[in-house]
Amino acid sequence: MKEKKDVLNEVPEDVSSTEDLHGENLNDRVRVLSPGMMVAKRFFRSKLSVIGLLILVFLFVFSFLGPVFSPWAENGTPIKDYDNRKEIILPARIDYITEDGETYIAYDITVEMPEWNKRGDISSTHLLGTDDAGYDLFTNLMLGGRISLTIGFVVILLETLIGVILGGLAGYFGGWVDMLVMRVVDVISCIPNLPIMLILSATLNSLGILDISRLYYLMIVLTLLGWGGIARLVRGQILSLREQEFMLAAKCSGLSTGRKIFRHLLPNVMPQLIVSMTMGLGSIILMEATLGYLGLGAPLGTPTWGAMISTAAKLEYLSGYPNFWVPPGICITLAILAFNFVGDGLRDAFDPKMKR
Amino acid sequence: MVKYIIKRLLLSIVILLGVSLILYCLVRLMPVNYLEQKLAASLGSSGGDISYEEKLKEMMAYYGLDGSIMQGYWDWLVKFVQGDFGTSWKYNRPVETVIFENMGVSFSISLVSLVLQLAIAIPLGVKCACNQYGKLDYFATVLTMIGISFPTFFLGSILIKVFAIDLGWFEVGNIHSNLPVTATAFEEFIDMLWHLVLPVFLLTVLSIGSWLRYTRTNTLEVLNADYIRTARAKGLSEHSVVYKHVFRNTLIPLVTLLAGTLPSLFGGAMITETVFDIPGIGNIAYKAMLEGDIPFIMGYNMFIAVLTVIGILLTDIMYAVVDPRVKLGD
Repeated sequence: MKEKKDVLNEVPEDVSSTEDLHGENLNDRVRVLSPGMMVAKRFFRSKLSVIGLLILVFLFVFSFLGPVFSPWAENGTPIKDYDNRKEIILPARIDYITEDGETYIAYDITVEMPEWNKRGDISSTHLLGTDDAGYDLFTNLMLGGRISLTIGFVVILLETLIGVILGGLAGYFGGWVDMLVMRVVDVISCIPNLPIMLILSATLNSLGILDISRLYYLMIVLTLLGWGGIARLVRGQILSLREQEFMLAAKCSGLSTGRKIFRHLLPNVMPQLIVSMTMGLGSIILMEATLGYLGLGAPLGTPTWGAMISTAAKLEYLSGYPNFWVPPGICITLAILAFNFVGDGLRDAFDPKMKR
Repeated sequence: MVKYIIKRLLLSIVILLGVSLILYCLVRLMPVNYLEQKLAASLGSSGGDISYEEKLKEMMAYYGLDGSIMQGYWDWLVKFVQGDFGTSWKYNRPVETVIFENMGVSFSISLVSLVLQLAIAIPLGVKCACNQYGKLDYFATVLTMIGISFPTFFLGSILIKVFAIDLGWFEVGNIHSNLPVTATAFEEFIDMLWHLVLPVFLLTVLSIGSWLRYTRTNTLEVLNADYIRTARAKGLSEHSVVYKHVFRNTLIPLVTLLAGTLPSLFGGAMITETVFDIPGIGNIAYKAMLEGDIPFIMGYNMFIAVLTVIGILLTDIMYAVVDPRVKLGD
């Protein structure tokens, strides 16, 4: 910015033309930063945003490219390990009292030989061991990331689509359209989210929908519950933007309503929209994981981070097999943290009033 | 002011009607009724088919489930407005009794946690803002961000694993341990407190971040205000500027936010209570929802929705009360 100003003071009035100046092209001497580049510069200046971005890149590479190189997955489907099976010793405590009244503690030991590598140990072949069904936990973690991240992106895009259209209409037209849309938004924001998801899951269970289509219902409902915030944001911005002079100019040029909304008003809302989308991604992943933890999210056998962490709800795994639930927990936390960092960084970068 | 409040109250009723209609339709989508399972369990499937069907019909009619959804909704609404929340199928008692009996634990956990959050977040937030971009500021920002990002159940599981299972300092599940009969009331009280340490810690860690950030941004705004420059210009000590002038003005927006915590204060923390198996209202509601207990689902969710609506309304009113410059109404 500074360089540009200094140079601009020196050059003659006709700056807009890029003709030779003292034998040099103006473009060579002046570094012109587009608004987007300025935002990027401010974004990368903050350490936390860069850390967040790096975490995101890592998570994406990990979940989308990782399974390709895993020997325990083929075309995105996990493979059971039948080779490295081991005996599982299940001690059961029996207290018995002999005739003379003394209590003895005895253990009835059953040795089970499963067909596959059940709850395998951490080794070089299985970096995090295997689960009950003999699938590699490390591969499941990567595959689970695919689903969790995809759900996040699909839902946030759908939410933004609905939110922008309805919020835009409400803000632009005002009157009864505004009244109607905002009352619907009010109703949605007063519905308790988690209970609704619980009811829905109970409904899906009772309807016998236990396959992959559960995920689609999950996404639809998450979208329907989440678009209100974005609609409110878009409406608020457009309410103030439509009073400005450039909108008067647009009106005088005789532009169509659709063009005015989508070409002239919406680009001005983009900064806030991108920030709220980034933050929203984190909360959607959290919601999916919460449902997974409660055992209500993804169908059985589909690895998602939420479903993997649900093993922690059982005391047996909680105390004995931290390799089942700690890694997905860390992944979820990292993802949410990264989206928050990036969202924060973007907000600071977009905000022209930033004081530093 | 009065006109504004009346207008908002009327609007709230419209919102609550919308919420209840959506909830009721969703609940009625469940084809397999808990009622049927319950009857099958109590009568035994071997019983005569005709009597079973008849009993079922009778029960369906009793709960208003035999007619259309709109008819059922209307019946429910009339009862709800009269203060009759119905009888919970799972707990076999009036819904309002179940809610109020189990609210105590949830309320005390949330309240203690809220007090802790404010006691830590407000002084720390002011301090961070006074040393903006300092070491403390950076440290607190990162730590609170991590706190916000932790999923409740994950941090809860870690706490249970480390402090209850590995170290054995706490017991998990319920809020009482098996004390000898000779234990005094005081000992029982201490025992209960001990059980609630982890849940309160969890809730505090998870929500301290938002308070801290809010305090920090507010303080920064106040610090840039003209009257603070005046205070400094007339030679007040930095201590008195920060703690007399800045601090008090920072509190104004925080007071309004407090009204918004109403639903979480009374409605229970569903996941925390489930993770620690505390018999609070959140846990009770969770179990009821899994079993499709229609009267309880409707009662509990409407309870939360009413709290939310009141919370939003109170936030707006408080805003005008604590800051006379704000004028309510259109």
